[in-house]
Amino acid sequence: MASSVKAVERENYVGERKNFRALFKRSYLAIPYGLFLALFVVFPLFLIVYYAFTDKNGGFTFNNFVTFFSSSTYISNLFISIGIACVTTAACLLIAYPVAYILSRFKSARSYIFVLLFIAPMWINFVLRAYALREILNLLGLLGKANFLNTVIGMVYDFLPFMILPIYTTLIKMDKSLEEASADLGGNGAVTFFKVTLPLSVPGIISGAMMVFLPSMSCYVITDTFGNSKVPLIGKLIESMFGTNANWNMGSALAIIMLLIMFITMLLTGGFKGEKETTRGNAL
Amino acid sequence: MMKKILAYGFLTLVLLCVYAPIFILIIFSFTDANIVGQWHGFSLELYKRLFTVERLRNMIVNTVVLALLAATVSTVLGTLGALGMFYSKKAWKKVLGGASNINVINAEIVIAVSLALVFSMFAFNKTYYSLLIGHVAFCTPFVVLSVIPKLKQMDASLYEAALDLGATPRKALFRVVLPEILPGVIAGFMLALTLSLDDYIITSFTKPAEFDTISTYVYNAVKNTAKSELPAFRALAAVIFLIIVIVVVILNVRAGKKNKNETFMKKEIK
Repeated sequence: MASSVKAVERENYVGERKNFRALFKRSYLAIPYGLFLALFVVFPLFLIVYYAFTDKNGGFTFNNFVTFFSSSTYISNLFISIGIACVTTAACLLIAYPVAYILSRFKSARSYIFVLLFIAPMWINFVLRAYALREILNLLGLLGKANFLNTVIGMVYDFLPFMILPIYTTLIKMDKSLEEASADLGGNGAVTFFKVTLPLSVPGIISGAMMVFLPSMSCYVITDTFGNSKVPLIGKLIESMFGTNANWNMGSALAIIMLLIMFITMLLTGGFKGEKETTRGNAL
Repeated sequence: MMKKILAYGFLTLVLLCVYAPIFILIIFSFTDANIVGQWHGFSLELYKRLFTVERLRNMIVNTVVLALLAATVSTVLGTLGALGMFYSKKAWKKVLGGASNINVINAEIVIAVSLALVFSMFAFNKTYYSLLIGHVAFCTPFVVLSVIPKLKQMDASLYEAALDLGATPRKALFRVVLPEILPGVIAGFMLALTLSLDDYIITSFTKPAEFDTISTYVYNAVKNTAKSELPAFRALAAVIFLIIVIVVVILNVRAGKKNKNETFMKKEIK
């Protein structure tokens, strides 16, 4: 008798639990984040598109884009931004690759400390870091003389760790026996490097380049700190449209152009297919 | 041998360039001269100023409180998001994952502008709420990205096993799943913290007019060359650097202990 009661109780219990399981789905946990993304990430982007294609009175227009592409000032700003971003990325790569390569050859215990040494400056507030470098340039008497050069120096200084880390990670993960195989098959140091190591580290280079290229196109903090605000960046232009110029429609159109450039660079580098190493998340 | 000297020489040179500005700032934080490069004798005046001048003290407190708040909210939201996403159907996973990654690759200025538009639409831009939401919006995706790999590594049957052994879903999540993904959650929190501490652009678009973080305060001071306030930033740089050194040393010591334990265990097994 007692045992059958127990059996019924147990059945009820199991049934209840199954009910609960049916009601509660773990996927529901994403609902708050999903709503947040919809409201504060996706919707805002639509709002940018709306503003970009309307005038001050809310009427549909292409004028913002027409203005952009017919103004030599805007176009030259765009090319200056792209130029500065390219030079910064190239300079970062030239310094970061050898650093990452040397670090990746260290014995494990020592390399950890050295890698930390290279990342640690990243944890100092980046405006403050820019200010530190500005003081040095000032001390050397360079400030205010070569605005473009100073801007590039400032950007390289601030973005270098973002380039070192992804390259270092790919080099560390690389199968070392491939290099040995190359050496065994008669490849000398240079051949092994250019035919094996370098091609295999391309994903790291791309991740690093993405992390440097896009921010350096819009990071007007650096141009203001080092270039006496005389180096026009598209980021600065957008900021002024929302600030002193108070032309949100034009500002949104500029933002759309930034988005397009971002898409083009990602298409060119295959960033969409790549692993999620293109993130600053790996910086830690 | 030659190669080794070259390699070490190169590393030293780069490190020197990276640290020279910071060290020079730190050295000149111990004198009260207005310009870096002038030495008016040793003094702790700048440190005193940093912690007694109200505007300076406020910006430090503001920055830290905002970062802690934003990182906490981001971590909760992002961890729940990652869990939910991971257990969703494939289509939803793709949609949510894609939406989550938008702010990871997007330029900060575009994020800032788009948020400013939305906040203005709902008439609460340039309030503390808009500032906090702005920070959460760009920190949370990074939390998601650091939690997801831990979920992938986890044994999927653990949750089922906990349910079969009589745990409620909530219990199973808190007692079984959460401990498994905790390293990812902590890494996400730290990352959110550093991202929030470092941010300038989004902060400047969404912050209240009278509110300043370290980034916005230093930027404005440098730009408008409010000369009287610049020297105190040398002391600030020194303090932040000291904190970083302490954290790194602690992490190193702990990592070292862990390594020793692991090698010890390996020896035991042999």
